[in-house]
Amino acid sequence: MALSALFLMVFLFQHFIINFMSVFSEDAFNEASHFMGTNPLIQFVMQPVLMFGVAFHFVMGFILELKNKSARPEKYAMYKGSANSSWMSRNMIWSGLFILGFLAFHLWDFWLPEMNYKYIQGNPEDATRYFGEVQHMFANPIRVTVYCLSFVFLALHLLHGFQSAFQSMGARHAKYTPAIQKIGKLYAILIPVGFIFIAVFHFLNGNH
Amino acid sequence: MNLTLKIWRQKNAKTKGAIETYPVKDISEDMSFLEMLDVLNEQLINDGKEPVAFDHDCREGICGMCSLYINGQAHGPDREITTCQLHMRSFKDGDTIFIEPWRAGAFPVVKDLVTDRSSFDRIMNAGGFVSVNTSGNTIDANAIPVPKVDADKAFDAATCIGCGACVASCKNASAMLFTSAKVSQLALLPQGKVEAHERVMNMVSQMDEEGFGNCTNTGACEVECPKGISLENIARMNREYLSASVGSE
Repeated sequence: MALSALFLMVFLFQHFIINFMSVFSEDAFNEASHFMGTNPLIQFVMQPVLMFGVAFHFVMGFILELKNKSARPEKYAMYKGSANSSWMSRNMIWSGLFILGFLAFHLWDFWLPEMNYKYIQGNPEDATRYFGEVQHMFANPIRVTVYCLSFVFLALHLLHGFQSAFQSMGARHAKYTPAIQKIGKLYAILIPVGFIFIAVFHFLNGNH
Repeated sequence: MNLTLKIWRQKNAKTKGAIETYPVKDISEDMSFLEMLDVLNEQLINDGKEPVAFDHDCREGICGMCSLYINGQAHGPDREITTCQLHMRSFKDGDTIFIEPWRAGAFPVVKDLVTDRSSFDRIMNAGGFVSVNTSGNTIDANAIPVPKVDADKAFDAATCIGCGACVASCKNASAMLFTSAKVSQLALLPQGKVEAHERVMNMVSQMDEEGFGNCTNTGACEVECPKGISLENIARMNREYLSASVGSE
């Protein structure tokens, strides 16, 4: 879980950086998207690796949850989880499921049409199309709302997940762990807030 | 003070149990929680009823025998104490108190609030020891210098009394805090390093075999541990396990 989590967090960071380019430079965003969309290493090596990473993370997450549930066959009549642990840490399966649902929607919404456009219809590459497409997509308020809500769940998942991944790998040190926890909190808040900002930015700009 | 107790009653390991309600009167706030249960049991015996079975021994927080899940928390609402060190002043007159046994597949209920925690013994048997030459040439342990920091960390880990509150508190019924404390107390010292790889592999494998859940780092165990065993031990065990997995033949 921890290894796939770290891999996905690195991916998320680069996804965020490229998306964020769309806020301040149409050309830079188009260029980066064109590179990501046409580079064979990204398309045919990294993309399948990412698919595997995502599938591995959620399949292992489900297996872990089922095993952990079965370790306590009889539940407590009175259970006060909030007395000793955070809501985020106890509900990773629910925030994870929400993110999985969002991911299915996101792939259907963005990725499938892109695959269809490029590889099935075989349209010639237009390196300047990406920015317009994003702005067109985010003109829809329902889509923006779904995305924003999903990023809240992503933040909740990351607030526990970031530091938990380090702990699981044994990376705990009196000197470095406080820094890892601080960076984790910053990452878990700034990245989702940044994604929300990008979505709202294009919604506002696209409707003007 | 007058209280309403909601206690798990179960005749034996094979029968199904249920929560039963018992009112108790005139409880002094200076009583320990177990003394309050003693009062209830006297009352039940006088009424010709079966007393509530619960584990206890030293009643001074060192043996790790008492093990009650009180109002949704292992060893009750206070921090870094065992149930025997919990006093009735932590409750108010008129309170309803839920008293349940530790809940884990690896800790089956024997009777009422008593659970079978021998799964911990089997984890210890799997590797919680150092092999010592007993031929008469045994070297005094103090002859080997140990850095103060390591000695302190090993001692902190060794304060684990094996009560099982970590398992009871963990939403996954994981025994990682217990096992890691036992792995750490030996792995940090020169005598324990010799068998460190085998130890961590065997103890973790036994822990899994017993049916404990997996650690998801909620940290509940550390908060509820009566001896304040740190999550640092779990990270150390994870490191030990990783290095043993990579390094072993």
